[in-house]
Amino acid sequence: MEDTKRTCLYEKHVKLDAKMEDFAGFLMPIVYDSIKNEHNAVRNHVGMFDVSHMGEFLVKGKEATAFVDHVFCNEILSKKPSSVTYGMMLYESGTIVDDLLVYKMNNEEYFFVVNASNISKDYDWVVSQTEGFDVTVKNLSDDYSEIAIQGPKAEDKVKELLGIDLNSLEFFHFNYYEYEGNNLLISRTGYTGEDGFEIYASSEAILKLWDIFIEGGVAPCGLGARDTLRFEAALPLYGHEISDKITPLEAGLKFFTKIKSESNFIGKAALLKQQEKGLMRRVVGVELKKRAVPRAGYGVYAEGKQVGVVTTGYLSISLNKPIAMALIDRPYTKKGTEIEIKIRNKMIPGFVRDKKFLTKNYKK
Amino acid sequence: MSEILKDLLYSDDHEWVKKLNDEEVLIGITDYAVKQLGSIVFVDLPEVGDQIEAQTEFGAVESVKAASDLLSPISGEVLEVNEDVIGEPEMVNEDAYGTWFIKVKLQDPKELDKLLSAKEYEDIL
Repeated sequence: MEDTKRTCLYEKHVKLDAKMEDFAGFLMPIVYDSIKNEHNAVRNHVGMFDVSHMGEFLVKGKEATAFVDHVFCNEILSKKPSSVTYGMMLYESGTIVDDLLVYKMNNEEYFFVVNASNISKDYDWVVSQTEGFDVTVKNLSDDYSEIAIQGPKAEDKVKELLGIDLNSLEFFHFNYYEYEGNNLLISRTGYTGEDGFEIYASSEAILKLWDIFIEGGVAPCGLGARDTLRFEAALPLYGHEISDKITPLEAGLKFFTKIKSESNFIGKAALLKQQEKGLMRRVVGVELKKRAVPRAGYGVYAEGKQVGVVTTGYLSISLNKPIAMALIDRPYTKKGTEIEIKIRNKMIPGFVRDKKFLTKNYKK
Repeated sequence: MSEILKDLLYSDDHEWVKKLNDEEVLIGITDYAVKQLGSIVFVDLPEVGDQIEAQTEFGAVESVKAASDLLSPISGEVLEVNEDVIGEPEMVNEDAYGTWFIKVKLQDPKELDKLLSAKEYEDIL
């Protein structure tokens, strides 16, 4: 077993009395004060997350664009420098290696941001696919630290505290900024359904920024709130809505594939075949008619048999009702279908619904 | 530090039991349990008239992140359920010992002898 890693902000979390737990091999803050308060801070004001555990790769070379087009299931050829694209890497089987953000620096340089839990698997996978391409892949995960500033007041706070005006930074774009001699890469991206930014920089710079934001009244938020926030925005989490056993089509993420394009990306043939045959199951939204907490792993039942499983569910903090995402067999995926979720040996009635639990508050 | 009240009995599963008279008790969860759980968002309790059994699950308390079974410290019949705490679970966070979950008619008052005193409970924390 490898030792549990710590991000550069570990001491800061301990000082703030955070509850620390192992997440993807990193000792991370789960909650500082209360998940509810942290969640609401992001929805109504602004919060800050340590996301330094995320992995970063630099893909570089004359054929970098062709290579990214090959390993990444979403459109990249038409994207301009300074764009950020959400998508996935797939196996030949069409199932998911990981979901990631691809930052396009230029036609010969791309920055991949991957899940902490998948860093070594992703790195091995990307490197193993480079044969025949004039491209190199570097794992820079240990060189970068990262914080996310999220919430409707994120732009104001960055301007107030750092003097950096991000008004012209578009949704899913990035740029380079300087703060007291430190280089910052800032993108208008996030994992909360709110407007906000992700800031990548050296550990020294991130330590400095953390203190500035805390002293400036930005609420520190743990991974607990990160999960309740991303869930309400129906954003998938690897190991829950998506995994190496499920395809983007089944996960309801077809929009983030270039299945209709000419590109011959890895996994495309399998997706086309699956689309032609028709899906057997799908990730859908579910709502319970009675107050309860539908949690990940609970069984979904219809007509007396198990037809699926909850992938993520909560008593939603912002909507104050029991909702979930669940992987359900067809034909029980149709909106309005009556289902039940088994909670502590009791069957709690509910129905299938869309995943638009919350209106996302992005600045586009 | 967790608060422990002297005049209550305790189970090692962090429930408190308050003796109302020779036959009836109130059951809730301790301050220590509440602090471990964090913000409580849902309390699942039995119905009036249900029989509950010592060491057996009779409900659950759920925080945002996790569900925790409630194990009954004693056996008996549920006489009353605190509807207020079902409607407003955060009451438990505010006052663990003032927020009872169920009132139970004891099947065997001698079962109370197996529970922990405040001092004994303090020792296991």
